[in-house]
Amino acid sequence: MIRIRELDKRFGSAHVLRAVDLDIVGGRVTAIVGPNGAGKTTLMKMILGLTRIGEGRILVDGERVGDDPAYRAHIGYMPQIARFPENLTGAELIAMMRDLRGGAAEVDDDLIARFQLADHLGKPLRVLSGGTRQKVNAVLAFLFRPELLVLDEPTSGLDPVASSTLKDKIAEVRAAGRTVIVTSHVLSDLDAIADDIVFLNEGRVGFAGAVHDLKLATRQLSLERAIAQVMLEGAVA
Amino acid sequence: MTTTLKIVRYELRDVLRSRSLIAYALFFLIITEALVRFGGGPRAALSLMNVVLLLIPLVSIVFTTMYLYHAREFTEMLLAQPVRRSQLFLGQLLGLAVPLSAAFLVGLSIPFVLHASEERPDVALVVMAACGVLLTFIFAAFAALIVARIDDRVKGVGIAIGLWLALTILYDGLVMVALMMFADLPLERPALVAMVANPIDLARVLILLRLDAAALMGYTGAVFERFFGSTWGAVLASLALVMWTGVPLLLGARRFQRKDF
Repeated sequence: MIRIRELDKRFGSAHVLRAVDLDIVGGRVTAIVGPNGAGKTTLMKMILGLTRIGEGRILVDGERVGDDPAYRAHIGYMPQIARFPENLTGAELIAMMRDLRGGAAEVDDDLIARFQLADHLGKPLRVLSGGTRQKVNAVLAFLFRPELLVLDEPTSGLDPVASSTLKDKIAEVRAAGRTVIVTSHVLSDLDAIADDIVFLNEGRVGFAGAVHDLKLATRQLSLERAIAQVMLEGAVA
Repeated sequence: MTTTLKIVRYELRDVLRSRSLIAYALFFLIITEALVRFGGGPRAALSLMNVVLLLIPLVSIVFTTMYLYHAREFTEMLLAQPVRRSQLFLGQLLGLAVPLSAAFLVGLSIPFVLHASEERPDVALVVMAACGVLLTFIFAAFAALIVARIDDRVKGVGIAIGLWLALTILYDGLVMVALMMFADLPLERPALVAMVANPIDLARVLILLRLDAAALMGYTGAVFERFFGSTWGAVLASLALVMWTGVPLLLGARRFQRKDF
């Protein structure tokens, strides 16, 4: 469960988040959507502690996000762009992350098999294709069985087979009671996996609630059309 | 093992496999070998000193700046792990400064090992090696400070090269002009301050004090030697050089701590 209160952030003259109040419910998949520059990535990076909290506060399972990095041991993060040290191999990268997390004994390497990555893990990361690197990126996010997964455009750069595999995986961890926060520009992807939706526009929360409720309120069948209507009307009636 | 050392360990693996680093070691090996083979002695040491004072700051600051900009997304990924920012900053910096220093030391020492019978490495060479390592750390730390402050890669690399140019070439010229303009005034103290304010000048004086080549020290170095005498001068210059490592390191760590990724 993530509790966000009066979160406000400026980058110079740009007011990126404006007094955001939000609860992200545990055990569900929450999609954050909105036009470019709406503050989606900033919000995610603030939950991860990458972007400093200006005003307001974020609590992840009761722990206030601040200088203590310990809470991040329970978070798996898949950034939008997968760039790794060029001369390390995939296996070394995995070993590094494991080391940094204190040698986690039990890992979930199920995605390595499902993405057929085993043969690629011995090669330097610079020789892997963009899609393969994105698969490694996904493996790392799920590897330590985190309670919270933060996925930024997870399906970008993946082929349809890998993309489906990843969506299946998201559904599985959700069924196991874990929390997922995801952004994507592909709203049809989110329609298939998201329980809740947060619509951000110019740093404000335009809608936060169940996908089902948004569709009812906008009288639309698909998430894409529902969001399009919210964007046109500026808010949910 | 601490988190910082874990980061250093994996970054070392990455950097040690980089072709540029191998080329850097080979360059020093070839230069040193050539200088030892065609003459050796104090003149070779002076030539080597000039290479060390020009090249080490340049390679350290450019290599570190480019590496850290390139690793920007990976830095974010590491920050999303249970890692403190200070640990990551120090780990990334050491992971670059250590292999850069090692490459320089390997390149420098192999020719002396090969010619151990005819060419005896003297104290000046050891001082040069130590200065090279300190300059590597100082300029790598400057690079880390620049990357922490400037998000625009092109601008950051430009500032890095500008800083190198300013400290290696422009600085001495400006100091000379200033000293000539105020030639009527007692200039010993300002000259000393000017020298301590530039780590490359400090390293030059340290090496030259050992080479007994005061005439080549330039005005600041000559003043320095007269002021402190050789031993005191060397001790103070060494201390100042070590402190120089701390300045960009602390400034960079502070900026990194507050940075929005």
